[in-house]
Amino acid sequence: MRYLVSVIDDKSNPGSTDRQPAISAFNERLIAEGYWVFSGGLADTDAATVIDNRGEQAVFSDGPFVESKEYLAGVWVWEAPDLDVALKLAAEASKICDRKIEVRPFL
Amino acid sequence: MNDLDVRDVIIRAHREEWARVVASLTRRFGDLDIAEEAAAEAFATAVQRWPADGVPPNPGAWLTTTANRQAIDRIRRENKRDDKHRKAQMVYDDDPPEPVGAIDDDRLRLIFTCCHPALAMEARVALTLRMVAGLTMPEIARAFLVAESAMGQRITRAKAKIKAARIPYRVPSAEDLPARVSGVLAVLFLVFNEGYLATGPDTDPVRRELTAEAIRLTRLIRELLPQDGEVAGLLALMLLIEARRTARVSAGGELVALDEQDRGAWDAELIAEGHRLVRERLAAAAAGAAPGRYQILAAINAVHTSARDMRDTDWSQVLALYDQLVRLDPSPIIALNRAIAVAELDGPEVALAAVDRLEPQLAGYHAYHATRADLLRRLGRGRESRAAYDRAVGLAGNTAEIAYLTRRRDQLR
Repeated sequence: MRYLVSVIDDKSNPGSTDRQPAISAFNERLIAEGYWVFSGGLADTDAATVIDNRGEQAVFSDGPFVESKEYLAGVWVWEAPDLDVALKLAAEASKICDRKIEVRPFL
Repeated sequence: MNDLDVRDVIIRAHREEWARVVASLTRRFGDLDIAEEAAAEAFATAVQRWPADGVPPNPGAWLTTTANRQAIDRIRRENKRDDKHRKAQMVYDDDPPEPVGAIDDDRLRLIFTCCHPALAMEARVALTLRMVAGLTMPEIARAFLVAESAMGQRITRAKAKIKAARIPYRVPSAEDLPARVSGVLAVLFLVFNEGYLATGPDTDPVRRELTAEAIRLTRLIRELLPQDGEVAGLLALMLLIEARRTARVSAGGELVALDEQDRGAWDAELIAEGHRLVRERLAAAAAGAAPGRYQILAAINAVHTSARDMRDTDWSQVLALYDQLVRLDPSPIIALNRAIAVAELDGPEVALAAVDRLEPQLAGYHAYHATRADLLRRLGRGRESRAAYDRAVGLAGNTAEIAYLTRRRDQLR
């Protein structure tokens, strides 16, 4: 079972910025234990562009598709046998990233 | 056996076997929907057949077999046993549960799945009442004053999440067990309290069906986890509260405070059972087991139910237990209840000072104002007391409590 694991940051109350070494070590462990599929930190939402090509022509707009205090700061994809395993890892991830984590199954 | 007797047998079988049938089908087919539907169909078949064919020698086995057959029929009908379906099956663990005194019982898996922390509290409650207790959707909707369609949706959504997110059908590991058991107990206590302190203008002040169901489920957990102190504690707590149920509301539908209750009307059998459990936990505590909050709350209730009247109550014992509880759970509500014991020992003035300190946290809680009102009344501060009763009445949701608070207020001259 694959889970999308989103790291959520909060503009008004951001998590600490010195987490990278701990995250790298955690990733090594995820790889060694066979849970890791993909991971990546994301650039600031200012760097996002939204494209809507459902109409006559593609419309580009600057910034994220929804403005909010909370935003996606990074993602993982994990392979885990069930939600309990994913939640346990996510609880660790939240500590390590010093941020909230959303766990969502792929279809 | 006449039809009435058969009906009784079916009702009893439903109480005793529903959870077992649903749990074993869930394990076999890996799908709560299939298990629930097939179990319901099996009981419907029993209602049709047993009056004519007679009650089978082993009703539980008959129901399981019939439900299994229904489930297989349905799967064949829908031709669902392709790869995709098998992939969508719930995860379960065939290993016997961890050696924590638990017996291997699918019902335990079912309970932990229904009370999974990844589900919203209201979904856990609804799912537990449907899948474990076997209440019907209309019954659950009525109990929580929600439209039947909304309740149906709540349960459907919870089942869909279990499937989509792969919430496992498993007894948690020994390491996670205490936290998960306490999650289950929170669900049961919520059901009990909703029955005991029913809120809403058009509902009975006490809804017996909910308190009874909560006790029945807690007994079941106790049977499955006999070594767990908090399970015993919660059961004792519920029994000791339930024992006072009839004395707690007057014929006129008004709440009767503890000091005015007819203690002869308390249920001696429930009290004896509750006291037995509390003694069991006291012995465990003496042997070094640290009691949790339900055990301490049960012990407090045991002190009350041991007293012949309000004056006879061992308030220093009550206070000592509250002190213990505050260390475990520093919530303002516990502090409020502790102040009531303080009033009995050190007088209403000392208690009022302690209560007033809770104002920032509890200003929106009716019991805070009701407690203040009573203390102010005892101090002869009538005008302030009346104002506090007014606020309590405005915030209270239980009809019997509102009637009581209103009368108390109106007695103040």
